[in-house]
Amino acid sequence: MEAKKLNVKEKYRLLTRDLDWEFSYEDRKEAFPYEEFEGIKITDWSKWEDPFRLTMDAYWKYQAEKEKKLYAIYDAFAQNNGHLNVSDARYVNALKIFLTAISPAEYAAHNGFAFTGRQLGGIGARIAAQMQSIDELRHIQTQIHAMSHYNKHFEGFDEFSHMHDRVWYLSVPKSFFDDARSSGPFEYIVAISFAFEYVLTNLLFVPFMSGAAYNGDMATVTFGFSAQSDEARHMTLGLEIIKFLLEQHEDNVPIVQKWIDKWLWRGYRLLSVVAMMMDYMLPQKFMSWKEAWELYFEDAGGALFRDLERYGIKMPACAELIAKEKDHLSHQTWWTFYTFGHAAAFHTWTPSAEEMDWLSEKYPDSFDKWYRPRFEMAAELAEKGERFYSEGLPQLCQTCQIPMFYTECGDDRPDDTCYRSTHYQGERFHFCSDHCKDIFEDEPEKYVHAWLPVHQIFQGNCGGADLADVMKYYKLNDGAVNADYMGSSDEQRWKALKGIA
Amino acid sequence: MSRVQIGLQDNDESRYIVAAIEEDNPTAIVHYEPALIRIENEGHLQINRESVSEQMGMDWDVQSIHVNLVTLTGNIDEDDDYFRIEWAN
Repeated sequence: MEAKKLNVKEKYRLLTRDLDWEFSYEDRKEAFPYEEFEGIKITDWSKWEDPFRLTMDAYWKYQAEKEKKLYAIYDAFAQNNGHLNVSDARYVNALKIFLTAISPAEYAAHNGFAFTGRQLGGIGARIAAQMQSIDELRHIQTQIHAMSHYNKHFEGFDEFSHMHDRVWYLSVPKSFFDDARSSGPFEYIVAISFAFEYVLTNLLFVPFMSGAAYNGDMATVTFGFSAQSDEARHMTLGLEIIKFLLEQHEDNVPIVQKWIDKWLWRGYRLLSVVAMMMDYMLPQKFMSWKEAWELYFEDAGGALFRDLERYGIKMPACAELIAKEKDHLSHQTWWTFYTFGHAAAFHTWTPSAEEMDWLSEKYPDSFDKWYRPRFEMAAELAEKGERFYSEGLPQLCQTCQIPMFYTECGDDRPDDTCYRSTHYQGERFHFCSDHCKDIFEDEPEKYVHAWLPVHQIFQGNCGGADLADVMKYYKLNDGAVNADYMGSSDEQRWKALKGIA
Repeated sequence: MSRVQIGLQDNDESRYIVAAIEEDNPTAIVHYEPALIRIENEGHLQINRESVSEQMGMDWDVQSIHVNLVTLTGNIDEDDDYFRIEWAN
């Protein structure tokens, strides 16, 4: 008799039944030692189901197909000198940020999901986390492959891994994932799968990748969308785990709410750099940060939180402040990097007259009033040969580790820098915002020993006291990777390649 | 009603999927963005295996949506014959 073909639901049921077992002679608590300490109560793991019902055979089949498509494009890109087709070499600087800040974070996510894929007590959730762990490894590998072509032609790519562990602004994504990975499995999965993947990564992988396509970068848009096709599955894991936790026990609701509040804010702060990449680093403009935020957070995220209301989950309070910051975020971030551009591993510049007009149009309430005069003055100084760089080192927020450049947008005072501080065990700690201060005060032990790059430089732990010493410690080729794009070796090489005088 | 959204890579395969979506969800709005096709609809959006297979002229496996899927919002309901996203609010 011919075997009956199984449908998707039956296949998935068999997979999740056959891979799990009862603990008959060992203590289940010893097998899953992290399942209870966060206060989460699970009464029935069998209620968890992956709505995609992806079995291992289907997973490998579709992942293999994605990889084949991706690598065919990489080959074509390299064989046809694809780097010559980007809109302008300034664009490549956004890729330097991607490789140094985001790709190593993919590896950290791989590590974190390997942990949750072992520690979650339910087989369905464990399999989904294990698949995600493999996905994240695929993401960093494909990103390194894509960037390796740019590395042959531009500065700032070669030491990305060394840099990620040391360079001042890269401590922001690094500490974000360290914070998540040193949490328990449930907080980790709420932080990364829900707050970051479901609510926020669309902003990075969708409009920025469309922007890459718009700027002629075939390799990046392809790895971006290939990664994002995995993200669609990760987002689903995030939403399912949240609904599952909230349905399992009412005591889980306040714990989950606290994690959502914390991680939405942490993730949003991390995306400051994406705001800047979209508004300032794409020579061909496609969508502003503000428009992307409205579409992917206010609209899509709003629908999500209305859906979660029935469980007693509320939109995090920080959303109000974020709505006010959207007119300022990209401008303040780019200005900060512009003024510290001598110590960064990518080039900065003042926007051209046309770019400033685009910014005025997209930010009618803020750009002309607060930011245009600053960039025009900077352009004037640069023209005179007095390119402005900030001499000192910035104070960093103890929680998000970002230089404290944000302003009192919540209070409608966008020209006043926001400073908060608190005392803990006789020491004073500084923060960029009320939300970062609240996160610290909730778990001060977790943040008091943060490796803050500026403190480390002052303590003499980063190669020396001069910029040149610190650059050496970062393995940054001073004079080649940093400072203004105008006059850089990247610019010279680009002009030579394109035959521009 | 909240809007649901799905994003697909702009390529040959997606073209047929989008045609099937438009046929089965007459109120859906299709946006063509660089390299991306983004489709929005009020409340829910459904992709039917039969309609996509009809458009492609070959049998289409619902799970192969993963190859071209870029992003989505809403609660997912997937079976052998359809893929559906929906908000309950």
